[in-house]
Amino acid sequence: MDGHVNIDRDDKLAVVEEAGNKGRKKKRKSQSQEEGAAEHDGGTVEDQEAAPSNSHPREGVVRRHQRTPEGNGQPEPTRRDGPVPLAARPNPQDPRRPQHPQGEWEEVEEDEEELKYGAQHVIKLFIPVSLCMLVVVATVSSVTFYTEKGTYLLYTPFHEKSKNFGDKLYDAVRNALILLGVVIVLTIVLITLYKKRCYKIIHGWLLLSSLLLLFIFTILYMIELLRGYNLGMDWITVSICVWNFGVVGMVSIHWQGPLRLQQAYLIFIASLMSLMFIKYLPEYTLWMVLGVISIWDLVAVLCPKGPLRILVETAQERNEPIFPALIYSSNIMYSSLGMADSEESRNSRARGARQEQQHEQAEQENQGEEQAAAMGPHDEAVRRRIAENGYAAGDGDAGFTEEWAQQRDQRMMRRQDQVASHIRQNPANIDQPRPHPRDLTAEEEEEERGVKLGLGDFIFYSVLVGKVSAYGNWNTTIACFIAILIGLCLTLIMLAIFKKALPALPISITFGLIFYFSTHLLVVPFTERLASDQFYI
Amino acid sequence: MTVAEFFGCGLIAFGPPVSMFALTIAHDPIRTIMLVASAFFWLLALLFSSILYCAVVQLQDTLAFGLVFSVLFQELFRFLWFLLIQKAEGGLKKVSDGNVQIVENKHILAYVSGLGFGVISGAFSLVNVLADMTGPGTIGLFHDPQNFFVASAVTSLAFVLLHVFWGILFFNAIHRRVYLQLAYVILCHLLASCITLLNPRYSITLPTVWILTVLSGVFAFIVAGGSHRTIQAAIKGTTTITSSTRVLEVNVNEGADNSSSAALLSAERS
Repeated sequence: MDGHVNIDRDDKLAVVEEAGNKGRKKKRKSQSQEEGAAEHDGGTVEDQEAAPSNSHPREGVVRRHQRTPEGNGQPEPTRRDGPVPLAARPNPQDPRRPQHPQGEWEEVEEDEEELKYGAQHVIKLFIPVSLCMLVVVATVSSVTFYTEKGTYLLYTPFHEKSKNFGDKLYDAVRNALILLGVVIVLTIVLITLYKKRCYKIIHGWLLLSSLLLLFIFTILYMIELLRGYNLGMDWITVSICVWNFGVVGMVSIHWQGPLRLQQAYLIFIASLMSLMFIKYLPEYTLWMVLGVISIWDLVAVLCPKGPLRILVETAQERNEPIFPALIYSSNIMYSSLGMADSEESRNSRARGARQEQQHEQAEQENQGEEQAAAMGPHDEAVRRRIAENGYAAGDGDAGFTEEWAQQRDQRMMRRQDQVASHIRQNPANIDQPRPHPRDLTAEEEEEERGVKLGLGDFIFYSVLVGKVSAYGNWNTTIACFIAILIGLCLTLIMLAIFKKALPALPISITFGLIFYFSTHLLVVPFTERLASDQFYI
Repeated sequence: MTVAEFFGCGLIAFGPPVSMFALTIAHDPIRTIMLVASAFFWLLALLFSSILYCAVVQLQDTLAFGLVFSVLFQELFRFLWFLLIQKAEGGLKKVSDGNVQIVENKHILAYVSGLGFGVISGAFSLVNVLADMTGPGTIGLFHDPQNFFVASAVTSLAFVLLHVFWGILFFNAIHRRVYLQLAYVILCHLLASCITLLNPRYSITLPTVWILTVLSGVFAFIVAGGSHRTIQAAIKGTTTITSSTRVLEVNVNEGADNSSSAALLSAERS
């Protein structure tokens, strides 16, 4: 549906603007340094030292960062979180490089980016997508609950009861159109809310949905799993498990947690959702929905008046994240402070300077923006937090302070947004085109640029593969799996070529559908005979 | 026997390929992508041969026909895949993040594509059989061969490895324009596939297939620049293999019950 791929680096506008901004930024930088000095005690000195030296040689980095928010609405707050603590640390490796003329540097950077957008990003998406599919396929093929028919979603009132193929198809088309209508309406509601800045409503919605997903759907899943394997477990144990699981999930998704944990929860949520689709959509409808949603995805992202596109543009105008919630991110984008301390200590040195810079940049930008008023306190909090963290990183009690409370809001907003978009699906039961979640974003960081894929993409990939595996033929499952991976690969290649937000569903789902039907109809009869006769080709 | 047999046969057929993947491919993203892409090409080849098989209704009972054409399609798509890689070399260089090894050393790509072909073909020939192994049911009630599953697994492994070797030989043949090797690959593939038409006479088919595998393995090993020196160096774990010989080592181990050979790229070492 709304999956689209987003790449930030190519924003020409951003580049131009950046050039224009430079002066302003510098000013801001110095300003922020002052502030920093006022607030931090020990670290300030280093801050001050480092900042000026960094800013120029690292122009490329800086630019990228700036673009990010503009290009795809990456949240500044995000950036602040993870890397920030490092900022304050002294950075011995910080090279005091000579200044490059800006133009030259930019060119170099551009080329480098071109080159760097490479294979490992593809792999970073391959792995989670495969894991998500694995969970779904394993569940579908071992627990019969998810393949039993009978109950259907509210949105699919036509149950394909007729024996006639034409009637079934007619039902499926009507169901799919109803679903699509729901999706479109919800998207428009979301955009309206967003345009009117009703963040509270959106966030409440998102929080509620993730709560639902993490507790109720998990408990359902667990019960069916236990039933499937014929295991007994008492309610007390179940509730303790689910409670812990859900709370940790809420914390790590909406607030902070180790990156791996967060990714694991996102993958799990995506697989739960796709299991729901597999279970509660009638057979033909499901195929029809997959097709319709990919087309919708294409339209919504690429059309000049497409809702997702409008959303992205609005977010860019406001220079704020388009709900980043429920985007699977392969790097530390959404990681939290705590994690930054522990996990990053290894790379921290090397990255320290860069992150510092990013952070500062973000701050500066924020200050400059019209939202400065709103963000002001947050910024403060963040900065203080940073200071605290930077120096007391090891203490581990950096958490629950006033600043924390303040900051939490911010963070929650960010995360919830992501989540929300995804979760909205939930009540709707259908994929709504949430623009944001499914942005597949190639985010540039100097060494480690993360790739992002909306959870909606995960969900629909898994729905396809899971549904195929429900028919019990592993050949078709493998074929679809390979086809989807290749589709994803092609999408990423196109992302590198076109350098703008792209829908991630159409190519993959088209490949998947083509390979499902061709394998099912043509290949399987052939391979079955080969296998039963033990002939090898 | 069900679950045990499932794991046993699964590991016989996919143990060596999986370890090859884990040791030589998984660490390098570009190789992994190439593996998936070559698997995709094999799928296309299979799709085309299936279309042919379904289109020619009269010959559907004569599987030999579909089989021969499937082999030819596979080799054709191997060639197309080779052409694609040739074209994409520039892009590959860019995308490989400064790791030019895969572009410089043609055998790596050949090995990876061979493994991609092999794994997917092994998977297609065995997964459904594997799924049946978990039961319920018993094999051989109606005088069918009792060791159907094990024989399937062992043959699948042979074909996975054969595909790896064929991949290396095929790419090398085109590169150096040694068309005899090309002919060897195609004929060997045809022979190996046609010999399985004799199944379930395992006493004939299994040794033949495995002899072909070992032969192709040795051949591929030599073609890729291996010699006894490289084997010694590999065993000793020395890193002094020269650039000409570092290319590929093939360790051929013959076991009593199932022979397995593993081709390991020693590129890491050098």
